[in-house]
Amino acid sequence: MKQIYIGNASLFRLLVVPTIVATLSACNTLDAYETNDPSKANVSQHEVVQNYISLAQQKYNDALVTAEALEKTVNQFLAEPTDARLGDARSAWIQARVPYQQTEVYRFGNEAVDDWEGKVNAWPLDEGLIDYVDASYGSESDENPFFTANIIANPMIKLGGDTIDVRIIDTNLLANTLHELDEVESNVATGYHAVEFLLWGQDLNGTAPGAGARPASDYSVTACTGGNCERRRAYLSAATNLIVKDLKDMTESWQVGGEAYQQLIAKGDAGGLSTMLTGMGSLAYGELAGERIKLGLMLNDPEEEHDCFSDNTHWSHYYDAKGISNIYRGEYLSTQGTLTKGASLSQLIAQSNPALDAKMLAALATTERAMQAMVDEAAKGNTFDVLIGENNLEGHQIIQTIVDSLVAQTRVTEELIVALGLENLELEGSDSLDAPDSIQK
Amino acid sequence: MSLCRLIRNSARYCLAFVFLNTLILQASISFGDENRPLSNETLDLSALFPGGTTSVSVKRNNNAFSHPSAALTFEDKLDFKVGKAVFEKLWVSSPSSTTASDGLGPLYNARSCARCHVNNGRGHAPGNKLEPSIIRPISLFVRLSIPPNLQQIESIDDGAIPFVPEPTYGAQLQGFANPGGHAEGRLKVRYETTMLSLNGGQVVTLYAPSYEVVALGYGPMHPKTMISPRVAPPMIGLGLLDNISSQDLEALADPEDVDNNGISGRTRRVLNRKTGKIEVGRFGWKGGAPNLEQQNAAALFHDIGIGSALFPEPWGDCTTAQQDCRAAPHGNTARHEGLEASKKLTQLLLDYTQHLSVPARLERNESNNLDVRAGQKIFHEIGCADCHRPSFITRNNADHPTLSEQTIWPYTDLLLHDMGPGLADNRPEGNATGREWRTAPLWGLGFAPEQTLDKQTAQNKSYLHDGRANNLIEAILWHGGEALASAESVKQLLPLQRQHLLDFLESL
Repeated sequence: MKQIYIGNASLFRLLVVPTIVATLSACNTLDAYETNDPSKANVSQHEVVQNYISLAQQKYNDALVTAEALEKTVNQFLAEPTDARLGDARSAWIQARVPYQQTEVYRFGNEAVDDWEGKVNAWPLDEGLIDYVDASYGSESDENPFFTANIIANPMIKLGGDTIDVRIIDTNLLANTLHELDEVESNVATGYHAVEFLLWGQDLNGTAPGAGARPASDYSVTACTGGNCERRRAYLSAATNLIVKDLKDMTESWQVGGEAYQQLIAKGDAGGLSTMLTGMGSLAYGELAGERIKLGLMLNDPEEEHDCFSDNTHWSHYYDAKGISNIYRGEYLSTQGTLTKGASLSQLIAQSNPALDAKMLAALATTERAMQAMVDEAAKGNTFDVLIGENNLEGHQIIQTIVDSLVAQTRVTEELIVALGLENLELEGSDSLDAPDSIQK
Repeated sequence: MSLCRLIRNSARYCLAFVFLNTLILQASISFGDENRPLSNETLDLSALFPGGTTSVSVKRNNNAFSHPSAALTFEDKLDFKVGKAVFEKLWVSSPSSTTASDGLGPLYNARSCARCHVNNGRGHAPGNKLEPSIIRPISLFVRLSIPPNLQQIESIDDGAIPFVPEPTYGAQLQGFANPGGHAEGRLKVRYETTMLSLNGGQVVTLYAPSYEVVALGYGPMHPKTMISPRVAPPMIGLGLLDNISSQDLEALADPEDVDNNGISGRTRRVLNRKTGKIEVGRFGWKGGAPNLEQQNAAALFHDIGIGSALFPEPWGDCTTAQQDCRAAPHGNTARHEGLEASKKLTQLLLDYTQHLSVPARLERNESNNLDVRAGQKIFHEIGCADCHRPSFITRNNADHPTLSEQTIWPYTDLLLHDMGPGLADNRPEGNATGREWRTAPLWGLGFAPEQTLDKQTAQNKSYLHDGRANNLIEAILWHGGEALASAESVKQLLPLQRQHLLDFLESL
């Protein structure tokens, strides 16, 4: 059993967050959602937005806690580079993705999050810049077994046409030097996927089952494989530290007075609701259904999206969808078993339009079922990359069902926007849902 | 306007409603006159929706150029979003696990389309024009060529090649190289200022750029190298421009100036790589691409180093003199048709670039509308509309109903005009001379300033082919050659009239 703790007491009073404190056993799934809490028959827009902030605090804190656990297991692995320790580090990485993916719904509409996101979750990764890669995989003609112009193999590297000193691999090199050099917002050499690549290595199985299989000895100081183990150890350590640091920043950003918090508050209650719905719709439609799933399906490219080294893509998508769902329901169950629950969009909609609320809940449930089907297939060895493989028609159908359900869910999300009278709100700098009134039926 | 939005799918109703509501015009409105191309918009309120039924009513913010066409269905918009992912995709070097995302370079100006077309808006010149600066050629990039020999002149005349690339550096200067490679160089930019006095006492400073390529990575350039710096153009309405019929453009052309108005628009003639035929060029600052698909493929190739069906070589702009570059790992993959970017991928890119909406013009208050109308009248009277052709009706296109037979208001004739020595790059391209430029569309101009308000470019706005003009009045005053008389007229306008002209331009 876990003790429930929401923010600090003064924060609690200040925000007047109508949070329901509950205890439950530490499990990872909530099978039975109640649709609405009858004890909170009437919620205000303000309360709903405040609860959205509480959920952000809880989600990012959870992401931070699991990233710190990852950091710890990575340190243990580096101290003792055995297969068992490597397995622990990989498990910790997969666990760290659970809360992080559920935060992604905050990215769209919250400028502070979107600006920051590229550092921790950038994709694709320029893996050949980091470490050795198998040339036969990406390129058919190259004769060298390993492509060697990478940071781990070289103390000095020509990059973007400049020679840079990479003798010391530390967080400063990864966060500042590399980032500034390329002058792009997303850093293609840091974040979760950099750590993923360093823990798993390339997945050389294409659309056949199997993930990356980097040996633990790539980190051995006595029997090094892959060359330059000391530098690889330094890279893994620095990249992991950086994730923790960045998540600390974002957790603080959501506290009272933090940047993300202030930006949201400045929009007012209607603006806050609009941000919530923008996040839900943009993630479901353009990002998840479109960019991450449909594009991979169209190109049959096993690694087109997310978590390709670990073959964890199915969970990544699953928790993205769950993150949308829990914003609508106004509740979040952390990986530590802590439930945060408060005034929800669902309640707000149900007050004036119970049928629409039911429709949205049904759409979310349909998406969850579609996602579950993918996760079930993955458990049988048919991971996302297998499902989108060229001739796997059955797999394609499973993935297409997800796309369709996300699109249907987004249509209902647009109805919510209209129901709340938010259709004329457009968010500065966001990839907002296109205003429903501009859609020709 | 809210009712108007609700009945958006019937633009005519909507326009009638605007008319009744705001009474901007006293004259009667004729919707029926559709002689194409339309010549005069003063009486046509469809100009408020420059992209016809594809225009979306949007706010004036960073996102203004990033909306999908209003005419797309919800399902089509998903493909648009997938295409957007391609446009924003950060390409990585080969080999990598993401075979659909690798193939970057070996030489490149940017990792993604969106890197230069920030928020789908225009690229920018250095913000600080008072000091010389050395920049990487990114959203201000540099085309290179050398004078052709006799045989090459023939190939250019035939349309087989547009110019002769610089022998070592190729057709474009790339400021980035993949890990282990050499970048080609950087661009040194300095501006000389001149002051111009306008009628009424206003003084405008013009910034005349001079360019030098420095930090050369592959030794000296050919001594007769010609360089042409250019900024990335805005991305809105390109599918509509793509569907203006070539006959309409040819009908507008007046190469010998037979009507004796001092304006001699010429069509650019370019090779269509797909058909092998010579066609009217319409995209690029000198009209170097006949259609959007080829323009996209050329940009992927030269700017990012990505090969695709129309430009298949995976090494991009690496020349035979850059053997290390040609031999570097590339991203051709059997899964992607032996290319770096498969046809599926370039099709998605085309979907996206075809359907970026031209924003509906913003209505303000009634007095502003009167100013806008006054400015519009001046725009016509002093001859701006002779090249910045207000309107067309796009061709019938059954494959793309949303781009078909739309009444559009791009304010361009897509023809080449002599713009005088001040704007000349002195670098001919195909049948375009070193003084000629293709008329730039003006739609979306009122939204453009916000397009550059991203972090890197908070200081300046950038107009004209190389971004030298910081604002619209500077851009106008740079006009020379065929447009010299119009620019002179602008100088002579009363200050209030000049303001009305700018009000009009900013209303677009």
